Amino acid sequence: MSVEISIRNAVKRYGENTIIEDLSLDVKNGEFFTLLGPSGCGKTTLLRMIAGFNTIEGGTFKFNDTLINIMNPEKRNIGMVFQNYAIFPNMSVRKNVEFGLKHKKNLKVDIKEETNKFLKLVKVDGYADRMPDRLSGGQQQRVALARALVIKPDVLLMDEPLSNLDAKLRVEMRTVIKEIQREVGITTIYVTHDQEEAMAVSDRIAVMKDGVIRHCSTPQKIYQRPADVFVATFIGKSNLLQAKVVKENDTQYVEFLNGYKVVFNDMKDANHEEKVTISARPEELTVHKEVQKDGIKGIVKDSVFLGLNTHYFVDLETNEEIEIIQESEIGEIIQPGSEITLTINTKKANVFSEDGNSLMHGVDNITTKEQADKAL
Amino acid sequence: MTNTKKQDIWTYVSIGLAALFILFLVFPLGKLLKEAVYTNGEFSLDAFVKFFQTPYYYTSIFNSTKVALTVTALSLLLGIPFSYFYTFFKMRGKKVLFVLVLLSTMSAPFIGAYAWVLLMGNSGLITEFLAKIGITDFSIYGFGGIVFVQSMKLFPLVVIYMNGAFKDIDNSLLEAAESMNCTGLKKFKEVIMSLTMPTILAAALLVFMRSFADFGTPVLIGRGYSTFPVLIYQQFLGENGTDYHFASAISVIAILVTGLIFIIQKYATNKFKFTINAMHPVQPKKAKRFQNMFMHGFNYILVALAMLPQFYVINMSFRNYRNSILQPGYSLVNYQKAMEKDLFRSLGNTLLISVVTLTVVIIIAVLIAYLVVRRKNAFNNAIDVVSMLPYVMPGGVIGIAMIIAFSGKPFYLTGTIAIMVIALVIRRMPFTSRSATAAMMKIPESIEEAGISLGASKLQTFVKVTIPMMSSGIIAGAVLSWVSIITEMSSGVMLYNNKTITLTLSAYAAINNGTYGVAAVFATITTIFTIISLVIYLKFAKTEDVSV
Repeated sequence: MSVEISIRNAVKRYGENTIIEDLSLDVKNGEFFTLLGPSGCGKTTLLRMIAGFNTIEGGTFKFNDTLINIMNPEKRNIGMVFQNYAIFPNMSVRKNVEFGLKHKKNLKVDIKEETNKFLKLVKVDGYADRMPDRLSGGQQQRVALARALVIKPDVLLMDEPLSNLDAKLRVEMRTVIKEIQREVGITTIYVTHDQEEAMAVSDRIAVMKDGVIRHCSTPQKIYQRPADVFVATFIGKSNLLQAKVVKENDTQYVEFLNGYKVVFNDMKDANHEEKVTISARPEELTVHKEVQKDGIKGIVKDSVFLGLNTHYFVDLETNEEIEIIQESEIGEIIQPGSEITLTINTKKANVFSEDGNSLMHGVDNITTKEQADKAL
Repeated sequence: MTNTKKQDIWTYVSIGLAALFILFLVFPLGKLLKEAVYTNGEFSLDAFVKFFQTPYYYTSIFNSTKVALTVTALSLLLGIPFSYFYTFFKMRGKKVLFVLVLLSTMSAPFIGAYAWVLLMGNSGLITEFLAKIGITDFSIYGFGGIVFVQSMKLFPLVVIYMNGAFKDIDNSLLEAAESMNCTGLKKFKEVIMSLTMPTILAAALLVFMRSFADFGTPVLIGRGYSTFPVLIYQQFLGENGTDYHFASAISVIAILVTGLIFIIQKYATNKFKFTINAMHPVQPKKAKRFQNMFMHGFNYILVALAMLPQFYVINMSFRNYRNSILQPGYSLVNYQKAMEKDLFRSLGNTLLISVVTLTVVIIIAVLIAYLVVRRKNAFNNAIDVVSMLPYVMPGGVIGIAMIIAFSGKPFYLTGTIAIMVIALVIRRMPFTSRSATAAMMKIPESIEEAGISLGASKLQTFVKVTIPMMSSGIIAGAVLSWVSIITEMSSGVMLYNNKTITLTLSAYAAINNGTYGVAAVFATITTIFTIISLVIYLKFAKTEDVSV
């Protein structure tokens, strides 16, 4: 039985060090939820609190209505997949998968049949009697997945399960994981530091930093309307440009350091002369070979042709350095040293206040049910 | 609302272990120390004064240290080249060489000494042969003899250690050295030696401790060259009755010496803190003709010398004796006499003591390993440190401590099998707990968490996952512990009586009675035991990964 998870005011301390100060989060039943963040942000700590391998210093953790704070991990009915697979090296593939079934006495199932079913599901049924040291990393991770799922856990917890695999296998395995999660329909919490991986698999993502959830939403909303500057730069690449708010004749402009003025239709009301940061992804900037009146001038420092796209590294007249991505065109690419003009796609780019928070409408950042109710 | 995970079964395990160590290690040591500095209920350093005022006494510590240092140097000089030839070059019969090396170091400590007496003693085979060709001023007795016999027995330890270290050298390091024009002897000295320095120091310490604590060799061939394990034994079995007070004082001094050596070694090792791990181990290559001959000769002659006493003792066990006098001809008469002399009781005791000791040592070592690796805290670290203390305590010292602690109220254990087991558990603990801890460190914590996440309790996970994963490491260590328990002598010699006598002690008693043939039988049986154990060991261990 898959469950929903609710965490309220969680606190994690190691001695004097507070890793998580006050964190609340709801994960829906059957959701593929990802904790994403740089190393040391507390994502693995939070996952291990849910699993029961870390103590909880404060707050409540619930699976549905059951409080699990002091429940032993073996009683929580979780399935866990580890970064280093943690396959028992002294047991065959089959024995590994059977292990949990043998210890869950209340599961009235045919051990052999159930094991075969899951070995087939993750496509390692051909290696059932092999010892783990004769499996590749990808195969071991499939076994780990089968072993975690066969016990019909309430929650599937995955701690950077793909980080030990090579790039190609990573892409392949994340598809496998997503498909199997859909098929089984189990609430899943997935920890990773790889934003592309997070976007590929998740229903929702919580971007964490320093023990705080900075943004929690769907991959698309996080990418397009990040809640703050950190999220904007951590998810994908963003160029940051300094600017200020200018109000003229009832119109709110954003003026760059060189005087280039644009209007952001989705921007909230701000104060005249307020300093802001514009975050523009490389594809949200447009290069003009001819010098134009409107825009920011710059000199191309380097250009890199990568087939589909061409990347330009540009020194701006505002003394800022940026990266631009343009779809490659037939004909010669712009050579280093060329002077160009740059304009910004105001529909896509984001404006942030001086303290880093988004000034845009349409930021979706909801961690708990109470917040969701309020938003309605 | 906190998780009270810290109070689990392991808390009780550490309290239990602490209680055991306090009772059987800290308490006897405390008693020993108290005995050393108290006379008639008053604090007094008279025993120490006596020790340092009497040349006979203080020279024994001096002699022991001198012997141990010489043996250490000699063992390194023999063992390092042996291992270098063995690992870096192609050699015929490598497996045989290795098994013989293991065997010669595993033999009962005094069998070598006894056989050399038979070979080179006053009426020994070689002595008489040499006398015929006119060489007479030469003797196996005294300093030279002790050093020779101990080196023959201990250089294989260096070989075992160095084989492991040489295999961790990556070939590309040597190629890099060669590319910078560092070849031949220079390469050996500046690259190979310095890369293996931590291991060399570890081997040196082990050899020193073994040599320093050895009772069997000096007691048989010392002949007036007094060393301290013999001195302690004499105080214990002295002509003027037992002098525990003085024996304790000598023990304390001995521990200070070994402790000092231990600290010096640790200090030296700290200067070589690095780890190497070969991705491309050195492939043995074929040496040029002359070198090849020299290396084969060196290794085979050395092993033959080390093995010679064992073969000779086996031979002697079949020879006819009348009392102490060798008679012509071969028969089984010695075996018959040995049976009359409690052969089966010795055998039974040896087996019983070994099995019980080994079981206890392994259980405690595994528990300590888990506590030290998974439950790091000051209390568990203290247990670990205490369990390592016996590393610097010679067997004789442990023997004395046992007697002092457990022969009066409230523990009457002297003369029981129990006290011999306790002494042996204490002696083997440091070695076994080291190898168990090393095995434990290699197990990632997530493996245990995986077991728990799958619904197994902590204890079930420990039994079904952790212990099996540690087992190959533990078994390898355990068989070697087993062998050294079988051949143990230095603490047992003070603790045994007629009922609790073991094979090695029977052999020692027979030598003392002058029934040399019978002694040879006991020694032979011990050797056969050792060989069987080693065969079992080699089945379990990946042939050459031996830790001592």
